[in-house]
Amino acid sequence: MSSPILRLVAQRILLGLVLLLAVSVLIFAGTQILPGDVAQAILGQSATPEALANLREQLGLNDPAWLRYVHWLWGILHGDFGTAQSSGLDIASSISTRLKNTLFLAACAAIVAVPLAIILGLIAVRYRNGFVDKLISGLALASTSFPEFFIGYVLIYFFAVKWQIFPSISTVDDSTPFLERLQAVVLPATALTLVVLAHMMRMTRAAILNVMQSAYIETAELKGLKAFDIIRKHAFPNAIAPVVNVVMLNLAYLIVGVVVVEVIFVYPGMGQYLVDHVAKRDVPVVQAVGLIFAAVYITLNIVADIAAIVANPRLRHPK
Amino acid sequence: MSNELDYLSRRVAAGKLSRRDFLGRAAALGVAATVANSMLSSAVRAAGPVKGGTLKAGLQGGESTNSLDPATFLSQVPFAFGKCWGETLVELAPGGGIEYLIAEEIGSSKDAKTWTMKIRKGVQFHNGKEVSADDVAATLKRHSDEKSKSGALGVLKSIDTIKVDGGNVVVTLKDPNADMPYLMADYHIIIQPNGGTDKPDAGIGTGPYKITGNQPGVKHTAARFDHYWQPDKYGHADQVEIVVVNDPTARMAALQGGQVNMINRVEPKIVDLVKRLPGVTIRAASGRGFYPFNMFCDTAPFDNNDLRMALKLAMDREEMLQKILRGYGSVGNDMPVNAAYPLFAEDFEQRKFDPEKAAAAYKKSGHSGSILMRTSDVAFPGAVDAAQLYQQSAAKAGIKIEIKREPGDGYWTEVWNKQPFSLSYWGGRPTQDQMYSTAYLSTADWNDTRWKRPDFDKMVLSARGELDEAKRKKIYRDMGEIMRDEGGLIVPFFNQFVDATGKGVEGWVDNPAQELSNGHALIECWLQA
Repeated sequence: MSSPILRLVAQRILLGLVLLLAVSVLIFAGTQILPGDVAQAILGQSATPEALANLREQLGLNDPAWLRYVHWLWGILHGDFGTAQSSGLDIASSISTRLKNTLFLAACAAIVAVPLAIILGLIAVRYRNGFVDKLISGLALASTSFPEFFIGYVLIYFFAVKWQIFPSISTVDDSTPFLERLQAVVLPATALTLVVLAHMMRMTRAAILNVMQSAYIETAELKGLKAFDIIRKHAFPNAIAPVVNVVMLNLAYLIVGVVVVEVIFVYPGMGQYLVDHVAKRDVPVVQAVGLIFAAVYITLNIVADIAAIVANPRLRHPK
Repeated sequence: MSNELDYLSRRVAAGKLSRRDFLGRAAALGVAATVANSMLSSAVRAAGPVKGGTLKAGLQGGESTNSLDPATFLSQVPFAFGKCWGETLVELAPGGGIEYLIAEEIGSSKDAKTWTMKIRKGVQFHNGKEVSADDVAATLKRHSDEKSKSGALGVLKSIDTIKVDGGNVVVTLKDPNADMPYLMADYHIIIQPNGGTDKPDAGIGTGPYKITGNQPGVKHTAARFDHYWQPDKYGHADQVEIVVVNDPTARMAALQGGQVNMINRVEPKIVDLVKRLPGVTIRAASGRGFYPFNMFCDTAPFDNNDLRMALKLAMDREEMLQKILRGYGSVGNDMPVNAAYPLFAEDFEQRKFDPEKAAAAYKKSGHSGSILMRTSDVAFPGAVDAAQLYQQSAAKAGIKIEIKREPGDGYWTEVWNKQPFSLSYWGGRPTQDQMYSTAYLSTADWNDTRWKRPDFDKMVLSARGELDEAKRKKIYRDMGEIMRDEGGLIVPFFNQFVDATGKGVEGWVDNPAQELSNGHALIECWLQA
């Protein structure tokens, strides 16, 4: 019975890789279309024609685009993203620290947000249309409706300025011990949790409510099961696929979309790194970060797909 | 009574009495809090700096693209960190003169073309090597080379030859320049071993702090250099740290929460609120920076001086100063220099808002229809509001201004110095000559008002080579007058540098040259327990 599943999973992964390749072509093409000449951008106004020619030669800009694309892709496959034009630093090593920070913050936020959202969703279904349901939905929607920076400032005002429990500046580096790191991300992770909570919670609630209309739930009710047991044992497993999808979307957001929170809490993640380099037209860095973000999205979507396949008996046992 | 206060303030300085207790007792003695506070700070200063601790600054203006190569310095964080680990030949003293650092003295030939700089002996680099005249010459050569792309290139373009003569460096200029020592204070020209030609971003200098950590756009740390040559003056804290905090609200929160000891760029609109916070001190220093409205003097309709005059008269400078800068600045007079410059004549008549005269001049110019003015958030803080205020005051004179709000990205490449009427900012320069040479010579790259007047160019050059100060001052006065009445810039105000320090930060000196006490705040301040 496992072979159709394996085949499906392998198919998904293969599709993901093809998609990633297509994205890499798009990213490369996109940065080629950008107006201006890279050599001109590096040398600035005072560039002499000879210096421009030398630099073009040095950067391999005279080669045809497809050859440059192959070189670039070949380098990336070997872990070589090239060097940043603005600072001359190796991109792979700069990114690895930043990526670790981003993943750490996203993980901290996710560990709190995902279980919390699902549990709140379950509770909301149990007491649907009652006071508790409305309270949970109302609070979650309110926290999502506030812009991130506002939530960030409110947290800073109370926890960092008034009570001085947590730091408002979350600067961390490789030498920061784990506990200090945790303390540093408490406020940004809380802000992110509040931002993503409602989406996942509402989706959990809606998906389970959908299942709750089914005949077998009625049967479960009639045989006298407790309301929570029905939801936990019969309804939730059948609602997992859409929930996982939403969870993955939000996880992707936590990794690629948090630049505002990074700026407010001075957290050295990928977002700020990308923005700085876009401002400087530092194309190799923008390409590298773009590719990593695409890989994150695609990977998480594959995971969601696979989870949906595994959770769904109809997909597990296709006729 | 004053004996008792003296005694008490000395006790605070010695750390035996808290500041709060002192203020309480001073109040009991009938002394106003402000008086007591100033007594206290003079006592603290007299007691001398306290060594030790970690001084932290949360600053705007750092990016992950920053490098330690001084030639590339552009924003505030590399600038301030550079002052910690490196030193230039001379510095701009708070009073406007020259403070000698690596150069012990600088002398000139009679024609102001040949300058001899005596290099101080016994100054050590962080790598243990002593600074020699060769290092200095190599540094100057690197920055004056076109290929270096140094930010100091414009300043050093006038250098013809650089030679080493024993312990001296002799520089000859293409044209006479009486301000040459001021040029050497440019913050890019940090003296590096062998001029930094081996490894420009090695971060080895002669400053009071040695780099211990460098994460561009995040954090920079440095520890006291044990062999610094003037340990009594600079380098009081054991460690200094700069955290890049680009968001103004986060910066203020970090200062209030005690995570940093000082911040730069306090927004004028919150200064009045911040002043009331316990422990926070606002450090406002009037500077040479200004926010001009630039008109191209060679492009219609601005090639008509009557129209330019009408637009100048239609500016309500007082209102601008109060509403945009909340009073943290001084009104401008349509010239790019002010009283913070050496050799500035104080007797100019102040241009005032005069709708009737403006209307008359506008009528005389014969122009009709609206005038397009471009602005953007990045032109200066509050530039969009300033444009709207101006639109209203001009309307009172019957002049119709049409505002076009441009995106911040690309404003400096596509709008400023390209479009005939736009808002901008200038950080100011140490001397009048540099300010006029940078932007108001016919040949200047950054001539952002297209001010092309051979007679004016001649005046700039003759003032530059004039060693007699009275004569120079006279020429600068005439130049200012011409600028004010015929030039292409409207200057509503000169801004102030508004920084803030937290509890226990002492030793701050206001300096008009740049923000953060010309970047010296981290090396000259100390932490009072």
